[in-house]
Amino acid sequence: MKKILQFVGDVTLFGIRVIVNAFRRPIEFGEIWSQVEDMGVRSLPLVSSSGLALGVVMTLHTRSTLVAFGATALIPRVQCLSFFVEIGPLVAALLVAGRVGAGIGAVIANLRVTEQIDAIEVLSVDSFKFLVVPRVIACVLVLPLLVVFMDACGLVGGFLSENAVSHLSVQLFIERAFKGVELSNFVPPTLKTAVFGFIIGTVSSYYGYTMNEGTQGVGKAATKSVVTCSLLVILADVILVKVIFLLFPGSAI
Amino acid sequence: MTESTAAAVVLNNVSKRFGSKQVLHEVSFSVPRGEALCVLGRSGTGKSVTLRLMIGLIKPDAGDIFISGNHISCLEGKELSRARCKIGFLFQSAALFDSYTLYDNLALPLRRLTAKSNSEIEEIVDRGLKQVGLAGDKHKLPGALSGGMRKRAGLARALVLEPDVLLVDEPSSGLDRITASEIDDLLLEQKALHQTTMVIVTHDVHGARRVGDRFAVLDQGRLIALGKPEELEDHESETVRKLVTEN
Repeated sequence: MKKILQFVGDVTLFGIRVIVNAFRRPIEFGEIWSQVEDMGVRSLPLVSSSGLALGVVMTLHTRSTLVAFGATALIPRVQCLSFFVEIGPLVAALLVAGRVGAGIGAVIANLRVTEQIDAIEVLSVDSFKFLVVPRVIACVLVLPLLVVFMDACGLVGGFLSENAVSHLSVQLFIERAFKGVELSNFVPPTLKTAVFGFIIGTVSSYYGYTMNEGTQGVGKAATKSVVTCSLLVILADVILVKVIFLLFPGSAI
Repeated sequence: MTESTAAAVVLNNVSKRFGSKQVLHEVSFSVPRGEALCVLGRSGTGKSVTLRLMIGLIKPDAGDIFISGNHISCLEGKELSRARCKIGFLFQSAALFDSYTLYDNLALPLRRLTAKSNSEIEEIVDRGLKQVGLAGDKHKLPGALSGGMRKRAGLARALVLEPDVLLVDEPSSGLDRITASEIDDLLLEQKALHQTTMVIVTHDVHGARRVGDRFAVLDQGRLIALGKPEELEDHESETVRKLVTEN
């Protein structure tokens, strides 16, 4: 219990330090852009293909149930709402926690082991601001964008699956999918992933930056990053869903 | 003028403990400007820790450290960063940023700490790389370089801000005698041309005798001898005699 409280306290202070440094000059635009490219562009194939596959699977599952009630016309809407409200944000965040979180943890830990962080400090450069802050900012910026791709690919997957069975046209699928869907079903759940991004960036950077166990610690930092980030993303999701319901009562399905 | 300002490097009764292990015990020495001091000692006697204390990567438990007049052991944040601008540090592993080209490795501190234009930075970096014989390799990543080339690149980066004091951790470690000798030549050239004060931690007595003006010998965290190499050859301690003698 003491260890958990210690971890929560340390990560909270680490996160506050990130926020404070994010607004301090110089802003590392070059590093932020480089991280956005690395995290965003390189995560795109994983997120897109997962969205596509999930879209297909979801349609297959919902179809068998909705057929029993004669409600197959609802398949596109169910698909759309499920992806916008929960599947897109949560699955994209978990995928990014796996791919990017492990990467950040391992890379920063490796920089620590190979004395590159010390070298940055010795060159009078603030290593925290140079290494950690851009990665966290990039996670915050990239995750909502990846969710949009995930949602879009999920709908494409759903359409392909539905089209293969019922020969539903694109126009009709889109019309049915977006019927009754409001902005509050899309915008708040997508934007909440910025918080997930902050958690992933901060926690994985924390593990990498504070690692002091030599080369073995690099693997540990990566593993701990993935496990902790995934768990915290799910916990944060529970809280944020409640907050969204409070702020946007119309977003409840 | 006090000792802390007259000498480029001053350590006064510096002690450092990691857990239960006393790594340094009341170590004191000073290095006049333009002198090269080689720190010798068996493995685990606190040589590298001494260097890390001098650059402010770790803080002493007791004692004072002055580098170029700055009270390093008391500085934090921006003041420490400013003081470090006058200190170059060559890591044992060179510690080049592996995702940056050699050019960017050298350009980073210039971009961050000076108001120089891109063309000026390019000129300085080219000159620095040429000085260490890596002019044709500036677009290479550190992973594509040999150990000796990495060490030379690390030296070029350590010197890019024209420091008053250069701290060197094991310049010959992992290198063959010829390559190690090339690094020594570069250190000698730097000392002759720019009168840079140097503190060099090394196991290589041959190189230390070429570059160093004086030797400091550490044993079990204590400074047991300080003086010119020839003076220490007849030192009462067998450890000192063994460490300063080439064969």
